[in-house]
Amino acid sequence: MENISAILYLVAAVLFILALKGLSSPTSAIQGNRYGMLGMLIAVATTFLVMDKPVLALIAGAIVAGAAIGAWKAKTVEMTGMPELVAAMHSLVGLSAVLIAVAAIFHSGVEHTGVQKVELFIGAFIGAITFTASVVAYGKLSGKFGAKAVNFGGQHLLNLVLALAMVGFGAAYFFTDSHAAFLMMVAIALVLGVTLIIPIGGADMPVVVSMLNSYSGWAAAGIGFTLNNPVLIIAGACVGSSGAILSYIMCKAMNRSIVSVLLGGFGAEVAAGASAASGPKNHKSGSADDAAFLMGNADSVIIVPGYGLAVSRAQHALQEFAELLHEQGVNVRYAIHPVAGRMPGHMNVLLAEAEVPYEQVQEMEEINSDFANTDVVLVIGANDVVNPAAQKDKASPIYGMPILEAHKARTVIVVKRSMNAGYAGLDNELFYLDKTMMVFGDAKKVVEDLVKAVNH
Amino acid sequence: MVDPFISSFTIFVLAVFVGYHVVWNVTPALHTPLMAVTNAISGIIIVGAMLQVVDINGSQLTLTSVLGAIGIFLASINIFGGFMVTQRMLDMFKKKKK
Repeated sequence: MENISAILYLVAAVLFILALKGLSSPTSAIQGNRYGMLGMLIAVATTFLVMDKPVLALIAGAIVAGAAIGAWKAKTVEMTGMPELVAAMHSLVGLSAVLIAVAAIFHSGVEHTGVQKVELFIGAFIGAITFTASVVAYGKLSGKFGAKAVNFGGQHLLNLVLALAMVGFGAAYFFTDSHAAFLMMVAIALVLGVTLIIPIGGADMPVVVSMLNSYSGWAAAGIGFTLNNPVLIIAGACVGSSGAILSYIMCKAMNRSIVSVLLGGFGAEVAAGASAASGPKNHKSGSADDAAFLMGNADSVIIVPGYGLAVSRAQHALQEFAELLHEQGVNVRYAIHPVAGRMPGHMNVLLAEAEVPYEQVQEMEEINSDFANTDVVLVIGANDVVNPAAQKDKASPIYGMPILEAHKARTVIVVKRSMNAGYAGLDNELFYLDKTMMVFGDAKKVVEDLVKAVNH
Repeated sequence: MVDPFISSFTIFVLAVFVGYHVVWNVTPALHTPLMAVTNAISGIIIVGAMLQVVDINGSQLTLTSVLGAIGIFLASINIFGGFMVTQRMLDMFKKKKK
């Protein structure tokens, strides 16, 4: 029996790996997702098989209730709300890990070995930090807590003291088997989750969400160690490394080190370096009609969408406009910066929702060399990711950040509300180039006008 | 006899390597579905929760079984929510031009 279940768990683990592997292309991804579901089904069924005297009613009830809520959320969530949903789901994994660890501690009749106690400790504290940190991240992303970074003196010292106290109570549990010490350890870890995340500002949230993704995996793996369950360990380790890779990619795209993100305070040091203005600067502005005329007569157009596009819900109108240009024989493509949305790959999903064909959407590395041969670039709702200062101005706070080289195109059209600075509070010299035309207004309104102008 | 921890640790280290290589092959366009599906997969923690919901010395409702059941409930939200929202996103990518 034990051998059969071990093999079934192995099958489940392989199916999870295939689920991740499928995501290398959109066509194989759907099949991959089915493998994932099948893997989960096998893992749960196998667990029923190996359990001694399970309380079936309790288990079935909990699964049905969870399934109903999960399915409802999955059906109703808006694509702009994906980061919040993902953060909320990380918190559930974290809380679940904590509950399992506490349940195992109070499991009467079960003696834990020294190694198992350490594993329980690790699973519980990673779970607890993941739980509260994700709740704070959820609050920041959904605007419920305000996205501002919270900084105060002695913050890092406080975190250090909390971490040491947590380890102290963990050690007390290890030597005395005291349930109270274990619960104290969990309580401190819960507080630590909050104090670790509050100094991180809204702009760094894509990194934080990826990092918590990673933590939720490590928490699952930690519980797997306690239970000596290979499928938990394998699935947890894969999720953990996936989140770590995403954090790394996001950090690189923002030219930030993971350490500086974690220590927080982006935005504070920026304001100082920003105002290196040299004399009065002039910009040209035009109407949506002018912009539509320019793009209608171009051979090639690259659209650079930013999160402002999604905020004004202009992506469907933009797709319609791109489609019209495409029908007139214009080569239209979208250029996506890795941090264009609020989580890794977010902008791709928003465009896919608007039925933008997958082939038209290109990543920064694929398309950057094409800007120089492009007639018109339409920058819409984006700012810092096309700021040439990142390449030229060593004094700029964003110097070194990879950008989309929109300034190399023959003509640049920027749709923007006003001349106000972007997220990072920086001026953007792209707006003052001779070849740049500013079109002021709400993104959705402007795009709708563009559609009318090409249609007439 | 090797301590079970050592064999678990071996599995863990190898799985980290597998995860690392598989995830680097994921196309950046699908990073959001990747996060959603990893959310669903971390719902595997349901297995750990299930193992707590057992009859202990003849009583079915214990602190352990109730905590375990709550764990099952939370993990199920992740499993169903994660896989279904991934499916929904992937269907968007599949849609062809009209």
